[in-house]
Amino acid sequence: MRAALPPAARRAAAQETATLAALAGTGPAPAALPMPPMAMPDLSQLSPDLLGVLMPMFLWLDALGRVQAAGPTLRKVCGRALRPGVSLFDMFVITRPPRLTSMADLRAHGSGRLHLALRARPRTGLRGIAVPLGPGLEGGMLLNLSFGLTVADAVRDHALTDSDFAPTDLTVEMLYLIEAKSAVMGELRGMNLRLERAHRNAVAEALTDPLTGLANRRALELALEAAMQAGGRSEAVPPFALAHLDLDFFKQVNDTLGHAAGDAVLTEVARILKAETRKHDLVARVGGDEFVLVLRMMTDPAALEALGRRIIARLEAPVLVGSGAATISGSLGVVLSVDYADPAPERMLADADRALYASKHRGRAAVTILRPE
Amino acid sequence: MHGLVNRSLQCFLRDTYGGDLWDAVARRAGIGPDGFEAMQIYDDALTEAVLGVAAQRLAKPPEALLEDLGAYLVSLEPLRRLLRFGGVGYADFLHSLDDLQGRAQLALPDLGLPALRLVAAPGGQFALHLGGGDVAGCTMARLAPPVLAGMLRAMADDYGALVLIELSGPQGAGRAGAIHIDLLQARYAKGRRFHLGLPVAEVAP
Repeated sequence: MRAALPPAARRAAAQETATLAALAGTGPAPAALPMPPMAMPDLSQLSPDLLGVLMPMFLWLDALGRVQAAGPTLRKVCGRALRPGVSLFDMFVITRPPRLTSMADLRAHGSGRLHLALRARPRTGLRGIAVPLGPGLEGGMLLNLSFGLTVADAVRDHALTDSDFAPTDLTVEMLYLIEAKSAVMGELRGMNLRLERAHRNAVAEALTDPLTGLANRRALELALEAAMQAGGRSEAVPPFALAHLDLDFFKQVNDTLGHAAGDAVLTEVARILKAETRKHDLVARVGGDEFVLVLRMMTDPAALEALGRRIIARLEAPVLVGSGAATISGSLGVVLSVDYADPAPERMLADADRALYASKHRGRAAVTILRPE
Repeated sequence: MHGLVNRSLQCFLRDTYGGDLWDAVARRAGIGPDGFEAMQIYDDALTEAVLGVAAQRLAKPPEALLEDLGAYLVSLEPLRRLLRFGGVGYADFLHSLDDLQGRAQLALPDLGLPALRLVAAPGGQFALHLGGGDVAGCTMARLAPPVLAGMLRAMADDYGALVLIELSGPQGAGRAGAIHIDLLQARYAKGRRFHLGLPVAEVAP
């Protein structure tokens, strides 16, 4: 079958195979296929109007750089500055390559990219390419221009519309993308804010006791870790006291008045503990009726004893719940970070627990401050 | 289904019928209180569930609800602008719909809009054919025709054109249906203004 093909068809088939191979990534990429003209076109048939359809931003210059004709969109952009005979260099400043100020420079530059800007306001930036018309110095040049990265501003500044761009030009697609991207970015920003809020809430929930709103055990551990690190390697840890509070007679409230009453009592206890401590102290509920207070910069045993007694006195005030009144009390065990060479949280918590049980043994409603020796 | 589609359905229901209706629909359809996220892909069944529950609660055919969604989308200025990029007149706009899928794909490769093909007949008659191939039968192919019809009606108002728009169901395999547009008068009323360039953002002196 193949051998029967005439030579031209065989050549075409071979070219097609080469192109397909290149598309599939299996063969060498073909160079652009050579396309010799059938005959030299009669360029005099290409009127400025037709040229403007193909390239709405063309600029035709004579040998001295004077404007002979310009495309309709470029005329719109340049406004009154664009009159027949005006020099390219009076209308535009060529910003790149530098020091390109004459037709000789422009011819020598070849067909590389040019960056230009309107001399008049709003100094719109343009890109362009120039080709010589004819081989000698007496021929003019043909420039084709387009908008650079400031295309969105240019379209607004010069009130351009879809019909100002050639159908082959992707400028309108670019504007479309810019606006679509902005809309999508707006959605993403909104989503980020929602996620951020959800994250903050999740973190807060993970560190909070839901009934009382106090810190939970995890928050206490984090706070103690942070307190240890606050001192740094060389300096001492900022001093603090650790108080362990266990409610007395709470089980009876739960048993006789019900769990709702118990919850009301716990909420009231939380309120009292918050009121009796300072903003930078930490109050944590670490068990059913167990609380731990981290009292920062508190090292005076007398002051701690007074605080403990005040808390116990307030806890002992009856809480009205439903039909009855709940009466509880509390026992406290306190340790001071300054009493430890290395105030490790686990050790201090264990010692505070021991101090608490000493209070319980002394008949409850007592404060025990555990000091060395 | 792309989150942007679901989110537009959510915003349409919330803005048009109130937050309570949306909350009720979301609960029944099994969506969290935050609703859909724009940049996530969801199961098609979720979109169908939202549409079904909303249509039932509002006692409206789902198609009518989708047409209203189309009109709502055009009322959003960024979207209206993107559609007006199509051209200076309503007929230009219709022809630009051929490019809509491609343009949307440039911005959001996984949006999944159906391909659109406009066939113009003499006397201002147009037929907009929707998607072929594998999109037929999926949720997008079912939702797109009424939403588009709603958008085309709203865009006619935007251009000030007088049109008759009719939906016809799928004809033959691989077709998702067509929309027939009868452009009676291109300049019937004064349309809304449009400039290709965005207005200058407010700049503090």
